[in-house]
Amino acid sequence: MSTAVALAGGRRTLRVVERNSRTYLRAWPAFVSGFLEPFFYLFSIGIGVGALVGQLPGPHGPVDYDQFVAPGMMAVAAMNGCVFDTTFNFFFKYKYAKTYDGMLATPLAVEDIVRGELTWALLRGVLQSGVFLATMWAMGLTPSGWSVLAIPGAAVIGFGFAGAGLGLTTFMRSWFDFDYVQLVIIPMFLFSATFFPISQYPDGLAWVVRCTPLYQGVAIERSLVLGDPSPVLFLHAAYLVVMGWLGLRVAGRRLGRMLQP
Amino acid sequence: MSDAVADPAVGRAPGAGTRALPARLTHALPMLRVAEREARIWGRLWHTSLLTGVLMPLLFLGAMGVGLGDLVDDNSGSVAGLDYLVFVAPGILAATALQAASGDSLWPVMAGIKWVKSFHAAAATPLSPGQVFGGWVTWTTARLLINATLFVIVAALLGGVPSWWGVLAPLAAALGGLAFAAPLTAYSAAQDSDLSFPIIMRLAVVPMFLFSGTFFPVDQLPDWLEPLARLTPLWHAVELCRGATTGSITLVGAIGHTAFLLAIVGLGCWAGTRTFRSRIAP
Repeated sequence: MSTAVALAGGRRTLRVVERNSRTYLRAWPAFVSGFLEPFFYLFSIGIGVGALVGQLPGPHGPVDYDQFVAPGMMAVAAMNGCVFDTTFNFFFKYKYAKTYDGMLATPLAVEDIVRGELTWALLRGVLQSGVFLATMWAMGLTPSGWSVLAIPGAAVIGFGFAGAGLGLTTFMRSWFDFDYVQLVIIPMFLFSATFFPISQYPDGLAWVVRCTPLYQGVAIERSLVLGDPSPVLFLHAAYLVVMGWLGLRVAGRRLGRMLQP
Repeated sequence: MSDAVADPAVGRAPGAGTRALPARLTHALPMLRVAEREARIWGRLWHTSLLTGVLMPLLFLGAMGVGLGDLVDDNSGSVAGLDYLVFVAPGILAATALQAASGDSLWPVMAGIKWVKSFHAAAATPLSPGQVFGGWVTWTTARLLINATLFVIVAALLGGVPSWWGVLAPLAAALGGLAFAAPLTAYSAAQDSDLSFPIIMRLAVVPMFLFSGTFFPVDQLPDWLEPLARLTPLWHAVELCRGATTGSITLVGAIGHTAFLLAIVGLGCWAGTRTFRSRIAP
């Protein structure tokens, strides 16, 4: 963990992470309840609807539907854990709470703030998906030893979405613009081969889905959990890393201009 | 309030006597002023409102009803005797009405009471706190009705509404939403902070959304959970909507579910009048 922090920017970044973790300790029920949503979906769609779906083809023969859905939900957990903090919370802090003006009055620089927020969101996403993976294991939904790598997989997903979230939020003008966040997140959540395989789509549409960011995450997590790793996974990961890096660059430059006019 | 009464000019305002009679006759209507205010704001932002209110349920219908539905129909043939699309469409209709109703009854109510104080402004007019509450939930219900009607039209075009009784489904969905909006608005008005709101969304709204017979029949739930699911307002709303869209509802069922939901609405209105009075009356 400390390595991740160091990679993201060192000791001053850590201060931002510390600040966030302390404020969150005060609102822990909201924090803890955030872990539950993917489970509810796993039980409802994975097991409830799964009983109606039966088995789907997997890499090593047919798999039960809950086994198919669970890694998808894990990718979603990694995404959701990051998106809230880097969009709604980020916006609230720079526009209304003036948290970052306060931070800039200390030796912290804009880059430290952006990296700190990213690291914090990333930790949260990894924690949420880690707890989810542990439960999948307890429920017998992790047939392969490769599942362990689903945690770094979640970190890559988290990095991609946290960076993109920060970058895009600097373009938001008011709360109304946040409807667009929902408008992006929910279709991805529903259609990125999370609930049904990509073979259900007609060819053209399947390629559109293959280009969406969450699909990269779902592909990574599902291949690892079902024990079918391949070099293609690096390509999916590269997509997410580039997306996160671009978002981080944009966020750093624009936030700097907004906070230090 | 007492200042206004003590002010002699107000008491002798011209026309005060002539307004008294119609004001008494239209006793219930002043609350529509509150709904009108919300409607006018909606008139400026309707496109984003419809995007989230209608497009989101349709996306769920596309993913679950069409994408997943093919797999379900291939494997199980039918769910409760219906194609999965036909089964899930009324479930999504009622469940998204619940979700939208709770969204409108938490943070916006806190804004009206505490952050923006628009409810205080409304209560500074001849409106009573109870009428402010009534106007607010009336508007919430009206908006649910608009969204539900559009959803049912598209679902029917996709083949998810086999019966003409389906024209009643938006009403059922709006009633189900109101059964959630009224008590929740009453609750939000009594809160000092919004700390509990995300917890309500995650621990009450999301589980109900997923387990009240929306995506799969409740008899598939574990034995201990099934009676609990049947007690939720959403299950009654889903049954009403499904009965309407498939035309399978019985008279007794329709009356029973409607009465259950109306009872909750009644309780919510009683509580809401009280909490609004205690928070915004001077």
